[in-house]
Amino acid sequence: MKSIKKILALTVAAALSVSCFAGCGKKAKGDTIVIGSSGPLTGDNAQYGVAVKNAAELAVKKVNDDGGINGIKLSLVFEDDEADPGDKAVNAYNALKDNGMQVMMGTVTTGSCLAVIEKTKQDGIFQMTPSASAQDVIKNDNCFQVCFTDPNQGKGSADYIADNNIAKKIAVIYDSSDAYSSGIYNMFKKEAEAKGLDIVAEQSFTKDSKTDFSAQINAAKSAGAELMFLPIYYQQASLILTQSKSLGFSPKFFGCDGLDGLLNIKNFDTSLAEGVMLLTPFAADAQDQETQDFVKAYKDAYGEIPNQFAADTYDGIMVLAELMKKEKITNEMEASEICEKLKKAITDPDFSYNGLTGSNMKWSEDGAVSKDPKAVIIKDGAYSAL
Amino acid sequence: MKNENKAAKKKLAPLTKKSFITYAMVLIAFAVMQILSSGGYISSMLTGLLVPLCVYSILAVSLNLTVGILGELSLGQAGFMCVGAYTSAVFSQLTSETITQPLIRFPLAIIIGGIFAAIFGILIGIPVLRLNGDYLAIVTLAFGEIIKNVFAAMYVGYDSKGVHISLKSLSNLNLENDGTLLLNGPQGISGTPNDSTFLIGAIMLMLTLIIAYNFINSRTGRAVMSIRDNVIAAQSVGLNITKYKLITFALTAFIAGTAGALYSHNFYTLQASKFDYNLSILILVFVVLGGIGNIRGSVIAAVVLVLLPEMLRGISSYRMLIYAVILIVMMIITSNEKSKAFIEANTQKFKALFKRGKTAEAKEAE
Repeated sequence: MKSIKKILALTVAAALSVSCFAGCGKKAKGDTIVIGSSGPLTGDNAQYGVAVKNAAELAVKKVNDDGGINGIKLSLVFEDDEADPGDKAVNAYNALKDNGMQVMMGTVTTGSCLAVIEKTKQDGIFQMTPSASAQDVIKNDNCFQVCFTDPNQGKGSADYIADNNIAKKIAVIYDSSDAYSSGIYNMFKKEAEAKGLDIVAEQSFTKDSKTDFSAQINAAKSAGAELMFLPIYYQQASLILTQSKSLGFSPKFFGCDGLDGLLNIKNFDTSLAEGVMLLTPFAADAQDQETQDFVKAYKDAYGEIPNQFAADTYDGIMVLAELMKKEKITNEMEASEICEKLKKAITDPDFSYNGLTGSNMKWSEDGAVSKDPKAVIIKDGAYSAL
Repeated sequence: MKNENKAAKKKLAPLTKKSFITYAMVLIAFAVMQILSSGGYISSMLTGLLVPLCVYSILAVSLNLTVGILGELSLGQAGFMCVGAYTSAVFSQLTSETITQPLIRFPLAIIIGGIFAAIFGILIGIPVLRLNGDYLAIVTLAFGEIIKNVFAAMYVGYDSKGVHISLKSLSNLNLENDGTLLLNGPQGISGTPNDSTFLIGAIMLMLTLIIAYNFINSRTGRAVMSIRDNVIAAQSVGLNITKYKLITFALTAFIAGTAGALYSHNFYTLQASKFDYNLSILILVFVVLGGIGNIRGSVIAAVVLVLLPEMLRGISSYRMLIYAVILIVMMIITSNEKSKAFIEANTQKFKALFKRGKTAEAKEAE
């Protein structure tokens, strides 16, 4: 008797533990079209992930309020990937899949995105990333970018400087341990040489030594640079501006979208940023109606001024919604079917979209967006168009 | 005579029995997951976690050899893993055209990853293991950071003119147009063939366990443990301290390197930023929670702590908070005397249930 009891107890225990792991293998399709997104909600880069999550929620709400996709509502699932370039990004992706994701709007950071692009390709899921800007991200035909590709920013900057005759002798300070910064720099250098610009000083720093830039600034100064190109993030740029001033060096400064945020740093004397030029797709204080509506809605909902990540995400969801309406996507469709239709629709030469981060946005088959980079100059503590 | 034999048998039993229980646990877990996944009963989340679970278990076992058996604190396990991951990934990419059969290529890649990691283990072990105290912890910590930064700054490619290496930038590489880029600086290495499977991971975990248990049980293992317990006594009986320390350290690095190879072949891309200080500490947490010197405990702790944050996804924003709280509670429970006694008493009761049955059966048989 006792042994029977024991065997019974063991079987029950085993069955219970098995049922713990065995969730439903496949989820039945719900009555909404599920957009999945992943980004860092915890950890160092959480501000980017939170901005994307907020903007995506805002955009989905707007689409649903306006009647959804031909009457079918959108729903959003967002998972935390901690900006991890390996297993955690894949875990987040798998969690999205278990939640019935049909289209992916992500991921936020380049490292995580590189980890999942092969998965979306295998599973045939249409992927659009708001902010993963490396060239490698879009090498598969199912992945598209809303933001500029890093090399495009480098090229755009070099072209802008050369075409507008801003300077001839250029110094560059970049972060060699960062994919974004070195990606822009590599292309900038190539294009600058082609355009006849003279790079007189190339200085780099790494993630572990980003507080003292006096050596780099002095090198640029002694090389006689007229313009300093900063393909870096705003935290380091603010230090470079401050330290240049104290070293008595005042060239023109030019940066990319990473400099967006320069004016909101605490304890930073914004008068130092006067005259800094940057290429950025989005400025929160632009005067057009769409931007102002978006900034107001975002501020009302989350109490913050949206950054460029939020704007890119908002545009991305709106583009997806427009394409879905056009292709009459329904919640019943398989992800791979949706992917094929969206792929065809987004590369259609007749399709273009006017959004917050650029007008007349178009996508080619390589997945990169073509939109005009907007150059702005900081004047009286605010962005103004150049 | 008979009694003596019996006593000898019983004396040997505990360690061997322990190891066999561990093997059986891994085998059963493997069989259950395999059956479930072939039937399509588990979520894609869990399917994706199977190989990382093996990777982290192997890492925990390897670190336990250093921390538990050798008694030295190593904070650079992620560095050895990084070396193994990168070297094996480069090997696989270079040979993907000449060796098309992954069943031959992948074991070779694993061994190469392990050997390179072991070489690094020996290199930093030679000067450091001669010292006492916390020096090893400090140097391994520095080693892990150096390895991460060197791989993050390295651009390597090859073309018709040979191999190009640069530590500065992509354009300094001067690669011809027909060239292939292997390491792309901070963007790391991409296009590694996905050879890792759950089966290979489980086999590697089994091999690691067999190596670990037999190492502990061997003459070398006993020598290492005697050094851990009392260096002066060990020296007085003529043991070569540095030699035994170095053997353990190299073995640890080798196993971590093979885990790195398994890891890099499970993902399409590999970036050095993954192998940071936090990963080393995470592995140490597995070891401490599982019990220092307790091999089976490390495996269980690794599995539980990797699964936990993923299973907590349902509570979204509070996930990491709850994870940390659970971790603290577990640490307190496993180290507190009273709770230990409570658990001990209950396991005794549980065991007694089975024993009573056995003695009754034995009596019946008589």
